[in-house]
Amino acid sequence: MIIAEQKPLKEICKNIEGHHKILVAGCRSCVAICLAGGEKEVGLLAESLRLYSDLNGKNWEVSEITVERQCEKEWVREMRPSVEGRDVVVSIACGVGAQVMQELYPDTRIVPGLNTSNMGAPEEQGIFLEKCGGCGDCVLHLTGGICPIVRCAKSLLNGPCGGSQNGKCEVNRETPCAWDQIYQSLKKFDRLDLMEQVIPPKNWMPSRSGGPRKTVRPEAVLTPEEKKAKEGID
Amino acid sequence: MTDRIRIVGYCCSYGGYSSADLAGILHIGYSPDVMIIRIPCAGRIDVLHILRAFRDGADAMFVAGCLEKNCNYEYGNFEAKKRVEHAKRLLSDIGIEKERVEMFNVASNQRWRFPEIVREMVSRVEDLGPSPLKKVVK
Repeated sequence: MIIAEQKPLKEICKNIEGHHKILVAGCRSCVAICLAGGEKEVGLLAESLRLYSDLNGKNWEVSEITVERQCEKEWVREMRPSVEGRDVVVSIACGVGAQVMQELYPDTRIVPGLNTSNMGAPEEQGIFLEKCGGCGDCVLHLTGGICPIVRCAKSLLNGPCGGSQNGKCEVNRETPCAWDQIYQSLKKFDRLDLMEQVIPPKNWMPSRSGGPRKTVRPEAVLTPEEKKAKEGID
Repeated sequence: MTDRIRIVGYCCSYGGYSSADLAGILHIGYSPDVMIIRIPCAGRIDVLHILRAFRDGADAMFVAGCLEKNCNYEYGNFEAKKRVEHAKRLLSDIGIEKERVEMFNVASNQRWRFPEIVREMVSRVEDLGPSPLKKVVK
């Protein structure tokens, strides 16, 4: 899931300065799980903005909405009655959600309320750890199910480095050494031979360097006729 | 709008509320400026309740839960403590003094404790002055 954190209130207030009718829009998916942009957080941010407005005589009119997924046009379209008439929308979905909103409501200013950080998972309640770098060329089958790209501070493909001590990383003594974890994991599978296998230089072409990556599934792409029929249904 | 101090006290049934009740039974007086809201457990409190209390005109608010490790629901008072801390951070960001919110732990048989908490909060409001929102509260 996508991990994000709320921007400081002062920054959000600065970004919506000059607007009067404000909508705080949340998302019930990833950002709700990481307690940054779900229904509850929408309520808290909206109430904080109302208090800030009262305190500073801003006279803001703040409303709230949360949809199932702000990254899907079908859900975002349903927000139209709430978005119409608003000067600005503070999107507390991830950056994807905020962009989809801007795409569907090009005449309304969308400002982000979150800093989208990474793709990760909850470690325990309230603690989230980055797990995937979205490099586009997965090597988890060689590394015991542990990603060396994001979980190793140096993104080494053939580790560990000399800074690995007692299972910890030299960059941060509290961070487990990913290559120590990889070793322990492969040992459990009796596949330590994979540690000796040199992983060649990685193909970074599918990674984040050639503009936005587009994934096409031909079997799912609608034909012009299907699109026309679907538009009729919508 | 009146000049009267308004303090909202969210009191758990087992600790804070029982202590207030006992003080009442024993005729131990405390300031009438406190408005007690009985909740089943301090863990029921939400940061939103705290923020709304201020928007509705409170000068201060507190949560009175059971003594630590003595919660009737195991850890409701610890949850409340974290939420009060969260509310303090939010209020500071908004520009409202965080001292206007506090979490207290009380046992049901501490008859002196509830009046003591109210005195403490009244004293804080007297020091800080009325809520900075008062001038705009409808």
